[in-house]
Amino acid sequence: MHEYPITQQIVKIAEEHAKEQGASAVSKVCLVVGEQSGFVGDSIQMYFDVIAKGTLCEGATVEFRRVKAKLRCCDCGELFERTELFSFACPKCGGQGGPTDIGKEFYIDSIEIER
Amino acid sequence: MHDVLKVDVKEDIYRENNHIAAHINEDLTEAGIFMVNVMGAPGVGKTTSLKRILENLKENVPYIIEGDIESDLDTKHLRELGIRAFQINTFGACHLDAPQIHNAVQNILFEKDKKGILFVENIGNLVCPAEFVVGEHIKLLISPVTEGSDKPYKYPLAFEKADVILLNKVDLLPYLDFDEEFFMKGVRALNPDVPVFKVSGRTGEGYAEVAAWLEHQAAHMTCTGHHHHGDGQVEHHHHHGEEEEHHHHE
Repeated sequence: MHEYPITQQIVKIAEEHAKEQGASAVSKVCLVVGEQSGFVGDSIQMYFDVIAKGTLCEGATVEFRRVKAKLRCCDCGELFERTELFSFACPKCGGQGGPTDIGKEFYIDSIEIER
Repeated sequence: MHDVLKVDVKEDIYRENNHIAAHINEDLTEAGIFMVNVMGAPGVGKTTSLKRILENLKENVPYIIEGDIESDLDTKHLRELGIRAFQINTFGACHLDAPQIHNAVQNILFEKDKKGILFVENIGNLVCPAEFVVGEHIKLLISPVTEGSDKPYKYPLAFEKADVILLNKVDLLPYLDFDEEFFMKGVRALNPDVPVFKVSGRTGEGYAEVAAWLEHQAAHMTCTGHHHHGDGQVEHHHHHGEEEEHHHHE
């Protein structure tokens, strides 16, 4: 829903790093996106194409590495992905899974630049 | 000749928002203003709950920042009641972010006797507001019994991030099939220590306890600004899910 302002930030950060490296252009921006961050890849690329016009990022592709959310079982410590819609139960021991930071990532991992 | 080079960035995309939020939080803490980010879907009783909480505050001056997509009806109504309310229209955006509320906060900081509690009523939405910090000390989530008991399972992030939850509209329980045990099981899995208050915006039940809890938190507030990667660098935090920020409930 809020991909537009977020994409502005992506272009801004990528451009800053590209300038620092004396780049003439950015060809790729690699993001790490946890599934709980709720971002839609196609929308980000669409906005990116518009926002990046006239910047070093113009024409760059946006690549996503998606990370599935994982819970950690409070009883046995198992890290697991939720499989049922209405349960946080651990598949190994049936205990309750608590939230972790895995699946909440939302950062620029790297960029590819041309000099 | 083009030389393609891969450059490591590792920078949080929320960097700027988090940075501004950290500043807002610092300024407010210094001024003795405790900020509560009020979240919930449309129609859960955010404005009604705020009015009820205000009726029950004993030691704190209330301030309200109203986030609305278009109208300022809630703000007008609050001002008629003599409450210091500030309006922010997002014109379509689904959440408030720190840059948007920065100016409203500056206005509040100009006031004399500013010590008090600032309630920021976020946009009615259970998804996006959970992702953006706006400088708050705590997040208050409102989930009414009319929405069903499955909400923690469907919107886990909002329930995980909440520092206090109001289970609203409990006066309607006799007419509904709300499964409280199932609801609480989901809440506890996500957020083991979060206080859950049963309230009714219609009858006023439960709000005295909520107001007392908030005033206690306000009296013991500390700056939270640095918990949210304020410097923008991504930390590689893959194995400490349990060490979340539960410092509000000792």
